[in-house]
Amino acid sequence: MKIYLKIWRQKDASSKGKIVDYTMDGIEGDMSFLEMLDILNEDLISKGEVPIEFDHDCREGICGTCSLQINGRPHGPDRLITACQLHMRSFKDGDTIVIEPFRAKAFPVIKDLIVDRNAFERIQQAGGFISVNTSGRTVDANSIPIRKDNADKAFNAAACIGCGACVAACKNASAMLFTSAKVSQFALLPQGRIEATERVQNMVRQMDLEGFGNCTNTGACEIECPKGISLDNIARMNREYLGASIKG
Amino acid sequence: MSSLIKSSIARKVVMALSGLFLVLFLALHVTINLTSVISPDTFNQWSHFMGYNVLVQYIMQPVLIIGVIVHFVMGIVLEIQNTQARSIKYTKYKGAANAPWVSRNMIITGLVVLAFLGLHFYDFWIHEMTYKYIEANPEDPTRYYAETVEKFAPMWRTLLYIVSFGLLSLHLWHGFASSFQSMGLNNKYTPSIKSFTKIYAIVIPLAFVFIAIYHHLNPITH
Amino acid sequence: MGILDSKIPSGPLADKWTKHKNEIDLVNPANKRNIDIIIVGTGLAGGSAAASLAELGYNVKTFCYQDSPRRAHSIAAQGGINASKNYQGDGDSDYRLFYDTVKGGDYRSREANVYRLAEVSGNIIDQCVSQGVPFARDYGGLLDNRSFGGVLVSRTFYAKGQTGQQLLLGAYAAMNRQIHRGKIKSYTRHEMLDLVIVDGKARGIIARNLITGEIERHSAHAVVIASGGYGNLFFLSTYCMGANVMAAWRTHRRGAFFANPCYTQIHPTCIPVSGEHQSKLTLMSESLRNDGRIWVPKKLDDAKAIREGKLKPTQLKEEDRDYYLERRYPAFGNLVPRDVASRAAKERCDAGYGVNKTGEAVFLDFDAAIMRYGKEKALTSGLKDADNAHIRKLGEEVVEAKYGNLFQMYEKIVDENPYKTPMMIYPAVHYTMGGLWVDYNLQTTIPGCYAAGEANFSDHGANRLGASALMQGLADGYFVLPYTIGDFLADDIRTGPIPTDSEEFDKAEKDVLDKINRLMSAKGIHSVDYYHKKLGKIMWNKCGMSRNAKGLKEAIEDIAALRKDFWENVKVPGAADDKNQELEKAGRVADFLEIGELFAMDALERNESCGGHFREEYQTPEGEALRDDKNFKFVSAWEYKGEPKDAKLHKENLIYENIELKTRSYK
Repeated sequence: MKIYLKIWRQKDASSKGKIVDYTMDGIEGDMSFLEMLDILNEDLISKGEVPIEFDHDCREGICGTCSLQINGRPHGPDRLITACQLHMRSFKDGDTIVIEPFRAKAFPVIKDLIVDRNAFERIQQAGGFISVNTSGRTVDANSIPIRKDNADKAFNAAACIGCGACVAACKNASAMLFTSAKVSQFALLPQGRIEATERVQNMVRQMDLEGFGNCTNTGACEIECPKGISLDNIARMNREYLGASIKG
Repeated sequence: MSSLIKSSIARKVVMALSGLFLVLFLALHVTINLTSVISPDTFNQWSHFMGYNVLVQYIMQPVLIIGVIVHFVMGIVLEIQNTQARSIKYTKYKGAANAPWVSRNMIITGLVVLAFLGLHFYDFWIHEMTYKYIEANPEDPTRYYAETVEKFAPMWRTLLYIVSFGLLSLHLWHGFASSFQSMGLNNKYTPSIKSFTKIYAIVIPLAFVFIAIYHHLNPITH
Repeated sequence: MGILDSKIPSGPLADKWTKHKNEIDLVNPANKRNIDIIIVGTGLAGGSAAASLAELGYNVKTFCYQDSPRRAHSIAAQGGINASKNYQGDGDSDYRLFYDTVKGGDYRSREANVYRLAEVSGNIIDQCVSQGVPFARDYGGLLDNRSFGGVLVSRTFYAKGQTGQQLLLGAYAAMNRQIHRGKIKSYTRHEMLDLVIVDGKARGIIARNLITGEIERHSAHAVVIASGGYGNLFFLSTYCMGANVMAAWRTHRRGAFFANPCYTQIHPTCIPVSGEHQSKLTLMSESLRNDGRIWVPKKLDDAKAIREGKLKPTQLKEEDRDYYLERRYPAFGNLVPRDVASRAAKERCDAGYGVNKTGEAVFLDFDAAIMRYGKEKALTSGLKDADNAHIRKLGEEVVEAKYGNLFQMYEKIVDENPYKTPMMIYPAVHYTMGGLWVDYNLQTTIPGCYAAGEANFSDHGANRLGASALMQGLADGYFVLPYTIGDFLADDIRTGPIPTDSEEFDKAEKDVLDKINRLMSAKGIHSVDYYHKKLGKIMWNKCGMSRNAKGLKEAIEDIAALRKDFWENVKVPGAADDKNQELEKAGRVADFLEIGELFAMDALERNESCGGHFREEYQTPEGEALRDDKNFKFVSAWEYKGEPKDAKLHKENLIYENIELKTRSYK
């Protein structure tokens, strides 16, 4: 396959970036999207150019490091996968592919396609935990029975990989899906109910401070989420937040 | 409570509540208007009641105006914040791949409806205010029907009304059900709410359009 | 025993840990505030250690090369975590978990360490549940378990196929709580480049800020290395792309002994290599072997026809299939330990029965399970006379509920539907049992320098059982280090902050800068990946699933030559004072090129077959591993002496007082 690439290049956080064109030949459908970029980089290195920096690590869709906006969609055209799971068979000969970093004011570009997602870190530090010491001197695990459907829902929310595709997809660059997934996981479990009020208030406050946009319920985040995190979580967070605000 | 006012979720809730209030008002409005097609006398009675009842005039009307202003001002504030949240735009952004047009363009449908409201206020509200308070005319419980029908005589106005209601329909299509999500109501009734939203978003604007066309086609002949 | 004092407490096995905890020194809470600890790596071991130590009151600094601690590769562990809870009432106990682990490790691990691991395993589950880790539950609301390879009980706790993710997020949440309190300072996108030793004690590290390229000095009273394993030296592996041995290796270069480098786990169920472009391999969880049956064709002709695409696997009759694991190991069948399953796959493929284009794949077939579950489901749903198509549909639904995400992952990569046609799998490098030598306290041979999780060598012997890595990482971090590190730090309550302007820091920083300059100023002929791939090929072909003296000797020479070539001719574009992924990779590959040689030396030295280390010269007539307990019942601990070839071997004799050494049999 021959592929025409338009890739965002930006030297560092303070430089201005631009789209640069590259052409690649001999691409096979069995290659993963990132392997295609590996080959491009090898080519650039052999020509003495600086290779394209992009974030990636596990390459199996679980670490949440990869963060490419591919042809206008986070993680590319396929659903329920990350960019590292995307294969070139999703494209055809002669296609033009535009690759950009995830864009949000709260995700400044570090270099080329790499963005700084520390805003997510700070949201979780604000309350994404249960305040129990790690001494292990807790109750026996089976002394807290949990309804299976609640346990399953909590798991589904906890499956978030923190990649930021929800922010990247949202026309408002809102981080509601990410934040609500964490709030929901704990809100659904008896262990997490104890500090549910403070948690939701602190996490939402931090989310707002980071400069993400407001949720307008377009649902783009849910469609683009590689782990299929549901909009129900956002409703749950809204509910939790309202409840918490009324309580004081 | 203070956190409620400042947070993004609170702003959504304000949008949702004011929006729902306006949705309810639309139902009332269309009901009264429909009587103009069925029975001019009933329409006149209702209109007179609305125009001269103390409760309606001094409580409900200000509340409605505040509701409209809050909804629009907050909508614009949110839009500005949302635009700022992505300071550098994408070269290529495929919004249509993951969200319907209506949900992504509430500001457009909303602003058109706002512009329409300007005209609508000029046509009816300003007229009423002038009639009642500036010119201080005496009460006339029979004038409303004729005045309304007369407004739809010009083709341009009727067309403008039709287009505006089309956009109102789109605005409702997303906004109505969305307001429940914003307030945290997402449960087993959600599919029903969504279906009801779609019916509502079609039926109410369609009724307004019908009324406009009906009066345009059936002018009062003296 | 000389320098290798394992500090195993005396007394009966089951009392050792309690006794030890009662006897070691403690640091009082007020003094902990005056003590700093550096933790390198934020996976299960590092993350849990950081949270626990910060909770105790120490000032913790964590370092990870990823942009968030949550992205450490522990997150990719799929199947589960073992614990001897005996919730299923199937006869499990601490002793049985201990026994299975020692046996699974082919009698090359330390009894006392493994027993402690089993002893704290139940506590890990309690801890994780109270942290909000959403383990799978049954309809009664209690925790569910499943079985893993090499054991006869059901003791594996899981969260779908994402157990590692959920456990890591639990540890990460505990870290976040401490970051929020200011007790942990988290340095992300930072890489440790050297260990700083002051007066014989580990007192800090040199790290590179990967965004700015700045070289930074960080001091502490103790340093914990929890940077994972070194399996990425094979280039193709199930490790994440960034996994590296830098922190552990540079610690080794500063004096910490490196133990059993040749013990590598080759996982039997990975998606086979598809071409030259391949950058990494993807694991299919071992849990799949609960229901999948592994087979190859019985006849060579059929295998050939399948390879050429002339025959479909589903067309092959039952009697023409060779379920070789069930045939060779009737007692454990498809659930034999990983080393056994991997070697058996290699044996069949080498004999010409491989089933993909390259001849390096076997089938993992769910057809029988789909039909079995389908029938069960049909009966419980009251469908007495469901036809086969309906039963299959019901069965597929059950299998999807159990393994849906794995099947989806497979289909995305291979572009074949595993519900309809058997999966193709082949072994791949997955874990390294070897690592920094540590004593019972997890302290390396450098005082004040500790190693935890996969970075140390202690618990898995020559082969790790499934679902034990998560257990060990969390045991080390939550329950072992927080006690044992106090024993060392008790002497440091009056030391005060360690200055970073000392001669030792100057020297270490200079060494690091020199190394970077050398990399940046090499001739620039081949890229870093060129060398990494070459190294990987040498390792896979000569130090992989089966090894022999001739190949290992060649590997030692080949790697030394490749290393020389690398330092002269590697090409690192860009600048050192900038974000530079090629420079990051170059530093890591430089270390792989050293440990690779030590790996081969260790494998050559060990004239026996045990666990993941299979020497062709030492096997039974049936092709099973032949251990030599008389001569090799020891831990190889290598001391750095300059070049890898000069490394000096120290032996820690392994003493078995509670387990009788037997030939491992899964027949």
